[in-house]
Amino acid sequence: MIGAAAGPRWQGRLGLGLLLAPAVLWLGALIVLPHVDLAVLSLRERVGPRHYVASLAQYRTFFTEPLYWRVFVRTAVMSLLATFLTLLLAFPIAWIIAKLARGRWSSLLFILCLIPFWVSETVRTLGWMILLRESGVLPSLLVKLGITRTPVELLYHDATIMVGLIYTSLLFMVIPLVSSLESLDNALIEAAYDLGAGGPTVLRTIVIPHAAPGITAGCIVVFMLTLGNYITPTLLGGKDSQWFTEQIYNEFIVRFNWEQGAAFGFLLLALSTAMVIVGLKLAGQRFGDVMRRT
Amino acid sequence: MSTADLLADAVCKRFGAHLAVDSLSFSVERGSFFSILGPSGCGKTTLLRMIAGFIAPDSGDISIGGASMRGVAPNRRPVNMVFQQLALFPMMSVGENVEFGLARRGLARAERTRRSHAMLERVGLGGAAGKRVDELSGGQRQRVAIARSLVLEPALLLLDEPLGALDLKLREHMKIELKQLQAAFGTTFVYITHDQSEALVLSDQVGVMSHGRFEQLGTPQDLYYRPRTPFVAAFVGANNRIVGRVTSLDRACVELTTADGWAVRAAAQGSVAVGDPVEGFVRPEIVSLARAPAELPAGHPVHAGEVESLLFDGANSAVLLKEERTRREFRIALPQTGRFSDLKPREKVLFSFDPERAACFPARPGAAGLDDSRGRP
Repeated sequence: MIGAAAGPRWQGRLGLGLLLAPAVLWLGALIVLPHVDLAVLSLRERVGPRHYVASLAQYRTFFTEPLYWRVFVRTAVMSLLATFLTLLLAFPIAWIIAKLARGRWSSLLFILCLIPFWVSETVRTLGWMILLRESGVLPSLLVKLGITRTPVELLYHDATIMVGLIYTSLLFMVIPLVSSLESLDNALIEAAYDLGAGGPTVLRTIVIPHAAPGITAGCIVVFMLTLGNYITPTLLGGKDSQWFTEQIYNEFIVRFNWEQGAAFGFLLLALSTAMVIVGLKLAGQRFGDVMRRT
Repeated sequence: MSTADLLADAVCKRFGAHLAVDSLSFSVERGSFFSILGPSGCGKTTLLRMIAGFIAPDSGDISIGGASMRGVAPNRRPVNMVFQQLALFPMMSVGENVEFGLARRGLARAERTRRSHAMLERVGLGGAAGKRVDELSGGQRQRVAIARSLVLEPALLLLDEPLGALDLKLREHMKIELKQLQAAFGTTFVYITHDQSEALVLSDQVGVMSHGRFEQLGTPQDLYYRPRTPFVAAFVGANNRIVGRVTSLDRACVELTTADGWAVRAAAQGSVAVGDPVEGFVRPEIVSLARAPAELPAGHPVHAGEVESLLFDGANSAVLLKEERTRREFRIALPQTGRFSDLKPREKVLFSFDPERAACFPARPGAAGLDDSRGRP
């Protein structure tokens, strides 16, 4: 862009093109091309050794085999619930960081939210396993305290998956919430009190409408992260976790059925896109405005 | 007093070691316009926030309309506030802003709309109810902020420097509008400002505040013509301040002499004795200017000076002089007849003033300029 104003127009265009080139190459080579290939894969059927024909059989399997779409719906519902619970948990944290804590305290709290991300997700999840498995820290503590007579297995429950997902997502909800709450003028809150509103009314009429783009942004990010998460549901939920990403993994790696795996991948993409569109409609937000807030 | 809408009784507020409001007592009569005037950091915002209920006083009590406000939350007080930055709700339309308080009182939608429209009509914004807040001009927003409070018919309207964010022209205009609104509604206004002209133009009563206390409480005329402390004399209106020690005393007048030997006469306020450090104040408009001694009123001490600069400002034009011997700055208002509009810098002139109309106070502890060789206009 430097010199773009002075030089002829094509020079400016060239400068802009060069600046965008790395990102465009990256997107094209690593995201668009593989997806085109996957789309082609998902739309064909193996009829004999090295013999394929175009067909919708992969997608048909998804709808005719109840296991697949049940896992699909379960993943969507659990992800929605995890997003909602993350929002409930993150809102007070964000409120404290943005409005109540002063100076150093506010950054300290922020760092506390960030610290878990210094460890890789796999190691973090294995840490949870050490804490929660039958011979782990928490069950033996429960026995010592006399709450349970024998150690209980805390792993491999839906609630355990939920705890792990919320833990992983919290930061991605806190960040957009803090930035949208920080921009809320305290005088607006005081003015609402002054005009006779109580706490819940201020929250409903002033705080939430103001923070709506931040809430929407956080929910979109957390929902997508949760829906596409593989490690956490697999490790904490075990064999019965029934997460849709696990199905995709199985098709590709275990059963070597790439065509089926590719079709599942596209179904997941369609699901997350549809959910985001519905979410934006419900919140009355526009995607561009929301993304500017993150 | 039964007609007092606001009564403060020995109100104190301390922030750490800083005493923001120092056992303040005053009352504001129903339907009057009361201003609290003071420099930033004098505690006026703290006082206002205590009246609104956002801060609780450490000791003392505030009553509004005869009822003590101790332990009453801001949303339960018969008081509404116009905030410095107005704090209109950007997520709502103008009409919804005005209806906000009515909705909190549980009024039906139709009644809310009727009242908010009527109120917007009264402040000259009929038909603006459907607009967004950011579609309005600064002056219109101001009126929405006032309408939003007045529609609740509060016993007391608090205004926290609401004109501070406006440009000069609009500020002058809104000053007049505020005064007219207050007269039309008859609501008691408590207005805080650091702008003395706002306080003087608008108020029935003004409390001049400094370091958490009222230096003086009175009508604007009292503050201007009969200041009781050197702080008020220096803060309200333009004044020439002359610091020195008393060299002689007769009846009500003292002669004060500056460190570099300029002797000026002024009426003593409070008890002063020969040798005491004092501060004298001479308003620019009580000083007569002349080119020859015969042109000056007889019987007043005559001083000589040299024109430094002419400060032309229409009806508020003034000339800045240097006293001939000490080179101290002295400001004199120019007569509106335009008689001295031809003054040139470095021209020698004579000036005098009636010592009875100049005031001389015992110097404040730590007052600047006592041993300084230069005065301040």
